This record gives sequence, structure tokens and C-alpha cells, in this order.
Amino acid sequence: MGRYVARRLLQMIPVFFGTTLLIFLMVYSLPGDPVAGLFGDKGTDPATLAALRHEHGLDQWIGKQYFDYITGILFHFDFGTQIRSGREVTEVIGAAFPVTLRLAFLAFAIEIVLGLALGIVAGLKAGKLADNVILILTLLIISMPVFVLGFIIKAVFAFQLGWITPTVSNEETWGELVAPAIVLGSLSLAYVARLTRTSMAENLRADYVRTAVAKGLPKRRVIGVHLMRNSMIPVVTFLGTDIGALMGGAVVTEGIFNVKGVGGLIYDSVLRREGLTVVGVVTVLVVVYLIASLLVDLLYAVMDPRIRYA
Amino acid sequence: MPDMTKTEATTPEDTSAPVAPVDPVKAEKARSLWGDAWADLRRNPYFIVSSVLIFILLTIAAFPSWFTSADPTKGDLVHHFLQHPELSKVGSPDWLGYDGQGRSVYARLIYGTRASIIVAVAVTAIVTIVGGITGMIAGYFGGLTDAIMSRITDVFFGIPFLLGAMVVLQAFTERTVSTVVFALAFLGWTQINRVMRGAVITVKQADYVHAAKALGAGTTRILIRHILPNAMAPVIVVSTIALGGYIAAEATLSYLGLGLAAPNISWGVDISAGASQIRVAQYILLYPSIILSITVLAFIMLGEAVRNALDPKLR
Repeated sequence: MGRYVARRLLQMIPVFFGTTLLIFLMVYSLPGDPVAGLFGDKGTDPATLAALRHEHGLDQWIGKQYFDYITGILFHFDFGTQIRSGREVTEVIGAAFPVTLRLAFLAFAIEIVLGLALGIVAGLKAGKLADNVILILTLLIISMPVFVLGFIIKAVFAFQLGWITPTVSNEETWGELVAPAIVLGSLSLAYVARLTRTSMAENLRADYVRTAVAKGLPKRRVIGVHLMRNSMIPVVTFLGTDIGALMGGAVVTEGIFNVKGVGGLIYDSVLRREGLTVVGVVTVLVVVYLIASLLVDLLYAVMDPRIRYA
Repeated sequence: MPDMTKTEATTPEDTSAPVAPVDPVKAEKARSLWGDAWADLRRNPYFIVSSVLIFILLTIAAFPSWFTSADPTKGDLVHHFLQHPELSKVGSPDWLGYDGQGRSVYARLIYGTRASIIVAVAVTAIVTIVGGITGMIAGYFGGLTDAIMSRITDVFFGIPFLLGAMVVLQAFTERTVSTVVFALAFLGWTQINRVMRGAVITVKQADYVHAAKALGAGTTRILIRHILPNAMAPVIVVSTIALGGYIAAEATLSYLGLGLAAPNISWGVDISAGASQIRVAQYILLYPSIILSITVLAFIMLGEAVRNALDPKLR
């Protein structure tokens, strides 16, 4: 196990550098100049521009810029400074991240509880009415782009019924975050339900389930322990990759509900060509994604003892 | 297809899905995987409904003028919903009403189909070819080739899809169909790559591949004649479902103001315009959203039907 973890951690290193370099190059190739952007239409004299560019290191070769950037992160936890506001990128991310983290956490909780419940019901009643209703329901959710669902929820529950406020206030109470969390988690919820359903329906016919039944174990134990534990591997795999997706997918949801989180931060930074902020946020998301996928692989061994890591 | 092992004690309800009767005459004839799948598909209501829908959508995309005589770009503020609220109701002279600039919502829906379909089909085609070829090479050769290619795939896979597409799109000053296609394909190929790689790894162990090798077939011939046809099934399923996803992705990017923009006509562009009027006129947002969701639904249903036909175990 220890060796496996070590090997996985080592494999993460090239992926981490590759991803940050890729996103760095993508941002770097953006046309437009964040420094020139500071001065609007009037512009300024070339000398000031050059001095500012030099100050931010923008006049250097891209490889050097990336090297400086990555060593800054690794050795000083320094993500650079926003050009426009002069604020530290770590500070900006630090302000936005907790909100999105809470939103993603809530969405994650909703998708696990509801998704698993729907999936289990459908899986146990495969081919029956309940199964078909759940299949159609999840199919509809999957077909609906996030912003469509967001507007439907907003139009119905905020404008027609008045149950929720259409926009989240700056305090971001848990109650206010429920509606955006449902929107954010809905797509994954549908996938979780479908994966659980397929996996359960397949494993219902497995020998160990028959053995458990033959031993006279109560139904609850057969389903809860024997069947569930063995059916969860594809679901957990999906959930693991979904953590990163939830954080990154918050762009649309946060926009619709006016949540001041990472999504809005990225959107603004892309529009304003604040390259360092974009790279910084994506770097954090990549790390979250890498750690989540490692945890998933380790969870496999817990759920299925037949899986051993050398 | 007696595929059910009863598990009475666990579930008193029979778990069997409705199993279509097998025609004895046809069943005797030896059929290929694809022949089998086709026979299965023709009886699947999901397949029939989704292909009819897709056929209609493709016709609309190809010949929009067959479906409306109105000009989608002609705005006449006489029709503005604030001037004439009754025009925004269903049943008005132009039955889906007019948008904020007095343009026919219906005509814009019809003309918007083409951009959405072209983007999705083009992205799917590029992604399937790039992801398919790279996945096949990684899966077949394995070893160091696989290790290097898989790490490269991981790099692209690690970047959140929508964020990556946003950054790529922001690099273009002009946003046309081809730039949106590029942005979506840039990060989209990894999914197909992984599916293909997995399928090839399974297929390459098969006896017929060893037999072909023993008979002295070249690598290219083995890959194209033996591996590809047998590893294609999951790729086709994922591609079909992803096609629906790309339609949604294009609309999402356009909605964010980073994808297609006016004067391009697309559902995402109209939804974006309608979003600002959600409090006064929800229908402007509603109709493109509905047709968008129906289109995505059609492709996902098609993909699911194909998957069920290709992999009877999943039923």
C-alpha cells in the first residue's frame, strides 16, 4: 500500500507540472495586454508600459516566466499579484474559495444522498415502474444544460412562488446556498443514480448475493452490506472525479445565483486577462482533482478486499 | 435471451427487464455484433423516437427556409413585447412571439439549429479521430508509449473542461463556429482517448489478434482490420452521448458570452439575450432552452439505445 501511494504521488508530479504549464501557455497566448488594459482607451507612453511590464516580469521569455511562477508557488506559496488591483492572488483565491467549497460540499452531499437513494430504488426494482420513472427523470436532468435548470428553478421558486431569494447575499448562509447547490449537483446526481442503478441491477444476480440470501441473512443486511459494498466502485470513481468538476463547474451556477465564489472569479479573470489569477485558480483545482482521484483509488481497496495494491 | 437468474429472496419482484421475443428464423442466422445490435435497435422505442427527432433536427439545420419564411435577423420594434404584450403569447401571429428586438423567436429557433448541430458534429468528429487514434496507439503498444501518452492525456484531463474552453476562446478576438469547435475539441479528446485505450487493451488479448500476428499480419493491418472494428463499440456510444453534451457546451459558452456571439444565430446566443429579460418575458428564454434540451436529450437517448444494443449485459 505504502509503495503504491508513493508511486501514485510520484506520477502526480509530471501531471501537476504539465497541467500548470499547459494552462500557463494557454493564458499566455491570450491576445491583449493586461498592463495596457490598465490605462483604458487613452493609453499611456511606451516607457511606462515597458516599466510596468518589466515589473510584472511580462517581458521575459515564457519559459522563464513559468519557472519563476512555479518556483514561487512551490517554495514561497506565492501565486503572484493581480495586476489591476495589486492584490495578492492567494488572498483573492482565499476570499473566493471557501464559498465555492461550501457550495460544492452541499452539492456533493445532495448528489450522494439523493443520487444513491434513487439509484438503489431503481436498481432493486429494475424493469419496474419506479425504475422507469427514475430513468426518465435522470435522462431529463442530464439533457438539461445547467443554466437552463438554473433559470427554471429561479423562475419557479424565486419569481413565481417566492420561496427563495433569486440571488445569494454576501453572507452566503447555508439556506441560501441550497438552491444553487441543487442546480450545481443535479447533473452529477443523475449520473450517480444511473451508475448505482446499473451496478446494483447487475450485482443482484451475483453468486455472493445468492449465497448471502441462502445463508438466511436478513434482506436489509444483504442489500446494505453485501450488495452495496460491491456495487459502489463505479459510483465512487465517478464521485472522485466529480469533486474537481463541481468546483470548476461552478462558473454558470455562481453566475446565475450571484455567488461570489471561484467560478465568478475565474470568469472575471478570463475576461480581464488576469492571467495569474486564472492559472492560480486552475492550479488549485488541479491539485484538488489529483488528490481526489488518489483517494478514490485507495478507497477501492477498502471496499473490495480483492483489490490489493503492491 | 434468458439472462435472468432469479433472486427471489432478495427481491420478491422479478428483476427481469422486458425481453423482446426472438424471431426463431432470424435467430438461427449467424449475425455479427453489429447485425445483432441493429436488430435490437430497430425494436427499441428510445432509438426510434431519438432518430426521428434527430432526423427532423438535421433537416431543419440543412434547410431552415423550409420551416419559416420569416427573416431571423429582421427586427421590428413594432413587435416588441413591451409594446404589444399579446404578441408574446402563444397564438400570436407568429406563434412563439418576438424577442427584445422584435425578431421572430420561432425563426431564430429554426435558424439557430444549424450552428448548434454543426459545432457538435464537428467537435465530435475531431475528438473521435484524435482521441481514437491516440487511444489506440497507447492501448496497443503499451509500455513506455502508453505511459507517456497517458500522462499527456492526464494533463489535458486535469483541466476543468468549461474553464479550459473559456480560456481558449478568450484567445480569439473573433468568435466563429470554427473557434468554438477548436476550443471544445482542444480538451474534449481525452474522454475518447481513455475509452479507446481501455477497449484496445481488452481486444488485443483476443485469440484472433494472436492468430493474425502468427500469420504474419503487419501492425497497421492488425490495428485497422482486427482491433479497430472490435474496439469501436464503446467509442461510438460515448461519442453519441458526448455529441449531446457538446451542444449543451456550445450553448453554455455562448450563454456566458464567450462562445458564439451575434450576428451568429444560435440557441445559446438567444438564451443569453433572453436571460437579461427573465423577469419581464420568460418565454424568450424558455423556447430556445426547451429545444436545446430536447436536442441534447435526443442524442443522449440515441447513445443509450446503442449502448444497450451493443452490450446486452447492461439491461
